[in-house]
Amino acid sequence: MALYSEKVMDHFRNPRNVGVIEDADGVGEVGNAKCGDIMKIYLKIDDDVITDVKFETFGCGSAIASSSMATELIKGKPVSEAMELTNKAVAEALDGLPDYKMHCSVLAEEAIKNALDDYYEKNPDKRKPE
Amino acid sequence: MKIYADNAATTKISRTAVEAMLPYIEEFYGNPSSLYSFGQKAKEALETARASIAECIGAQPREIIFTSGGSEADNQAILSAAAIGKKSGKMHIISDQIEHHAVLHTLKKLEKEGFSVTYLPVGTDGIVKVEDLRAAIHEDTCLVTVMYANNEIGTIQPINEIGKICREKKIIFHTDAVQAVGHIPVNVVDESIDMLSASAHKFHGPKGVGFLYARKGIRLTNLIEGGAQERGRRAGTENVPGIVAMAAAFVESVGHIEENAKRAAALRDRLIAGLSEIPHSALNGDAVKRLPSNVNFCFEGIEGESLLLLLDDKGICASSGSACTSGSLDPSHVLLAIGRVHDVAHGSLRLTLGDDATEEEVDYIIRSVKEVVEYLRGFSPVWRDLCAGKGNFIL
Repeated sequence: MALYSEKVMDHFRNPRNVGVIEDADGVGEVGNAKCGDIMKIYLKIDDDVITDVKFETFGCGSAIASSSMATELIKGKPVSEAMELTNKAVAEALDGLPDYKMHCSVLAEEAIKNALDDYYEKNPDKRKPE
Repeated sequence: MKIYADNAATTKISRTAVEAMLPYIEEFYGNPSSLYSFGQKAKEALETARASIAECIGAQPREIIFTSGGSEADNQAILSAAAIGKKSGKMHIISDQIEHHAVLHTLKKLEKEGFSVTYLPVGTDGIVKVEDLRAAIHEDTCLVTVMYANNEIGTIQPINEIGKICREKKIIFHTDAVQAVGHIPVNVVDESIDMLSASAHKFHGPKGVGFLYARKGIRLTNLIEGGAQERGRRAGTENVPGIVAMAAAFVESVGHIEENAKRAAALRDRLIAGLSEIPHSALNGDAVKRLPSNVNFCFEGIEGESLLLLLDDKGICASSGSACTSGSLDPSHVLLAIGRVHDVAHGSLRLTLGDDATEEEVDYIIRSVKEVVEYLRGFSPVWRDLCAGKGNFIL
């Protein structure tokens, strides 16, 4: 049996939305190098819709795949939907992760929430959907 | 290209070993404990194997007992020495921080039983300091267990000197030589080794078989109770085909040890030189006092598991000391012991070349590693920060 699902390997080998958005509206970073995982998410938000998203990740195969999948799941979606993205949804979209790798999907969820928090902090006029 | 560069994990069984074992699977399947000549044929093969293995390390045949592998041999050696120590009230053991888990976990168990264990540090070179050992010896030290060569970074310990000190102080000296035997010359008499563990599949023998050398006079504690096999020190019908194959593989490896080591070391150094060209990378462990086939590097700004997966896509089998490859939260205890901080220890790569490796393969590995490291650094936030001057490069 392979360590990862085909989906995970696909997103690991061909990660979607890799890169940086220089003039991002929200940036989120979670994890630390000591633990071996860091994810950074950049969001471009227009009219409460995530028009663009990019990521950078230092981490294992499932961390890279989780970042890639999470960005795919929120791209083009209203902010309110992105706020509701769960780690479970990321893992399911990847056809599952090994138990001890589930924390990678948690990091992806947190990185996105972190980036959205940053957006609302920078834009106090916008109301964060509850 | 398909390159197996994980020979410290296991090696390909040699043709000689396969051919040696086949008759004992297909034809001479008798039980060596049986009285009839058919069984005695197997017994004979067992004793011939014992004698050849003993000769390869300078031991007497009766000093070799067959086990299921290196871990069992380590367990039995340490528990036996501990039992001997306990009898005379000596309950202190000296080891080091970079041992294999078969040793470390056995020592942890003994600590729970009241033994105290000193884990000697190693320098950034991955080598134990003999002065530290000397200073750690107490009146009640019953055992020194220091590996011959490290399984991750390949560093070779000053076994000869450690052996001398232990002999002089009348302390049992055990060495886990799983990575060493068959690859570098080992002689238990010249090096004053009292106990030594070995595993067949590390020198082109089959898996699931190994041996323990215990100098005459050292009473072994049984891990497995039952019949009187192995002179009562290890019960269970012997793995005759495995043992015969182990002996054949061992004799063959030891027979070519000088030429193999010389050839491997040249390729190793070529690989080290090539990988050293990668910026912000570093070789782990001493460059000279290391196994002829071992290369271990840290690359800053990337994580080891993703590196391994991408190398796998290029046909290269390697390993890493990153936390993600071990299923634990911490990276390799060996890398931490030589002073690599967590951040860079996660980005480690171990390549252990086979006897049949070629320059062409080494060059392909160098190209592939360079490519993959550069690719992963390309979207690593750690690398970006370092390049932007946020924080300092460690390597």
